[in-house]
Amino acid sequence: MVDPLSVAAAAFQLWALVVVFFIVLPAMFGVSLGVSGVYIQILVRILQWATVRIQRGRHEQPGAATPSTGIIEHSGGSMEEELEQLRLSRRPEAGEFTLSDVIYFCQKGLESIVEDQVTQRFSSEELASWNLLTRTNQNFQYISLRLTVFWVLGVLVRYGVLLPLRVALAVIGLWWLVMGTSVVGFLPESSVKNWLSELVHLTCYRICARGLSATIHYHDKENRPRKGGICVANHTTPIDVVILANDGCYAMVGQIHGGLMGVIQRSMLRSCPHIWFERSEMKDRHAVTSRLRAHVCDKNKLPILIFPEGTCVNNTSVLMFKKGSFEIGGTIHPVAIKYDPRFGDAFWNSSKYNMVSYLLRMMSSWAIVVNVWYLPPMTIQEGEDAAHFASRVKSAIARRGGLLDLAWDGGLKRGKVKDCFREEQQKMYSSIVVQNGSQPPGAIRAPHEDE
Amino acid sequence: MGSSSSSLSHIPDGQQLMGETGFSAAHLLRLHERFELLDKDSRGHLRPEDFEEIRELTENPVGGRIIGAFFPPEKETLDFPSFVRILAHFRPTGKNRSRDRTQPEPANSRTGKLKFAFKLYDQDRDGKISRDELLQVLRAMLGLQVTEEQLQSIAERAIQEADLNSDGAISFDEFKKSLEKVDIEHKMSIRFLK
Repeated sequence: MVDPLSVAAAAFQLWALVVVFFIVLPAMFGVSLGVSGVYIQILVRILQWATVRIQRGRHEQPGAATPSTGIIEHSGGSMEEELEQLRLSRRPEAGEFTLSDVIYFCQKGLESIVEDQVTQRFSSEELASWNLLTRTNQNFQYISLRLTVFWVLGVLVRYGVLLPLRVALAVIGLWWLVMGTSVVGFLPESSVKNWLSELVHLTCYRICARGLSATIHYHDKENRPRKGGICVANHTTPIDVVILANDGCYAMVGQIHGGLMGVIQRSMLRSCPHIWFERSEMKDRHAVTSRLRAHVCDKNKLPILIFPEGTCVNNTSVLMFKKGSFEIGGTIHPVAIKYDPRFGDAFWNSSKYNMVSYLLRMMSSWAIVVNVWYLPPMTIQEGEDAAHFASRVKSAIARRGGLLDLAWDGGLKRGKVKDCFREEQQKMYSSIVVQNGSQPPGAIRAPHEDE
Repeated sequence: MGSSSSSLSHIPDGQQLMGETGFSAAHLLRLHERFELLDKDSRGHLRPEDFEEIRELTENPVGGRIIGAFFPPEKETLDFPSFVRILAHFRPTGKNRSRDRTQPEPANSRTGKLKFAFKLYDQDRDGKISRDELLQVLRAMLGLQVTEEQLQSIAERAIQEADLNSDGAISFDEFKKSLEKVDIEHKMSIRFLK
């Protein structure tokens, strides 16, 4: 009689052995067994098939909602042309303001309300196809039986096989981090200690990356951030840290938390200097900046990792960089991170999901495929101010990563529409209204002279 | 998916809104989709913050005023019927079904559109554009690109040209007269693509 309990125990042991030997150990040494490569290829094939099916299904149902690619006419002329047309009736020498000018801006404003060129940045990217995850299923209805069968299979695989595996890996990885850094922390300061600490960090992050089934492609590795520099990247999710730390060691910057995060943070601090702030310290910008500056000046210390957007964005664009990070000095190493949305939506919408449910969602997606581009280092130029430098870096990152370079602030608060964004429009308009500065400021013509 | 009228049933009072605003069912549906897209948290209504997330609107010098046109001072939420009623001002003129004199002036007539533009200037809704109100709009449109004196002189000139009864402010009729040759119907309309 075979005892079901012992069978279960044996199965579990076997599974644990497989996990350790085939996943954890190779991960720690950065060796890939090629399984994930094959997995990704199969996934791509399946998703393409699913897309074709859905498109075919859509053609047969003519009333289905299509993503709006352009629903209204936009007045195509430049500001100057449009204003001229509005003023067509005016006397020719009146290059100045007329009451009808506001209509141009009014029309543009209303057009943008009905349809704007920038799709919502704070909600998840709408996919043109369906990647067999219900969570991205916003517009798709039942198409065919085969597709549904595949979806059910997908659910079983993801929640039954992949999720427990990944959770186990994540637990192992974090446990290893805490243990490893605590042990290394006992050693006296020496280069051996630094080397060991880097090793521990790297291996832990590699395990965690496997725990998310993350396939990361690094580009331009020669531009990797060096010691004493500041690494700057666009922010989509807390997983960005894991993604970047897989290929190098960084000093993290952030607020010290309580609970499990706090334990991890404190043990990390034992083995190498990270910069954790108390909540009260965060408010004092000078204290923060001087601490960061002190760290950067020490050329032996690891590069700092900062996300200047200050918040998670949905990875289709880059928002305004807060200039505080760029006032510290030192060399900036920009990094662009782009997630492939076909395999899973990596964006953390912190108003919708808390950290734990977000991580569970991540671990039950198909995979995470990321492209990381290291850009050449940049420094602040003579006479350039921090805000301008910040936007220069931002443009470089947006260009490299294929993201939209947006000029507005992720922390835009209600009630006050920021004036600085309108400057471009104001400049254009004023050049039309005040011609070449030739209008003497006090000139007031005699009224109604030709009526 | 069924015929368009059954999908119109997603919109409460859809038929009534169609009659009121003159939008076709297809256009109303498109606007409803847009409304839901702007309403990211699916509250069923919009708030000023939702408009402020439209980047082109925040860059627009009169963007704040346009948002204000949707949200009168006491109201902080905008439901779909109100949204559509305001957008009705921007429906192209010329396709109005014949109406009898007892019905109110349609929002998208020339007068309706002019009233909308007038309200952008006349923030305190007293029926007149005062010098101050004109200055405010000019400041919004020109920002720091001109000096205060230039602003004053531009405002002064504009008032003198438009103010026919010399009371120092521009009434709606004076505004209308000042814009009588402007092709408002064309320039203040949103045309849907087919």
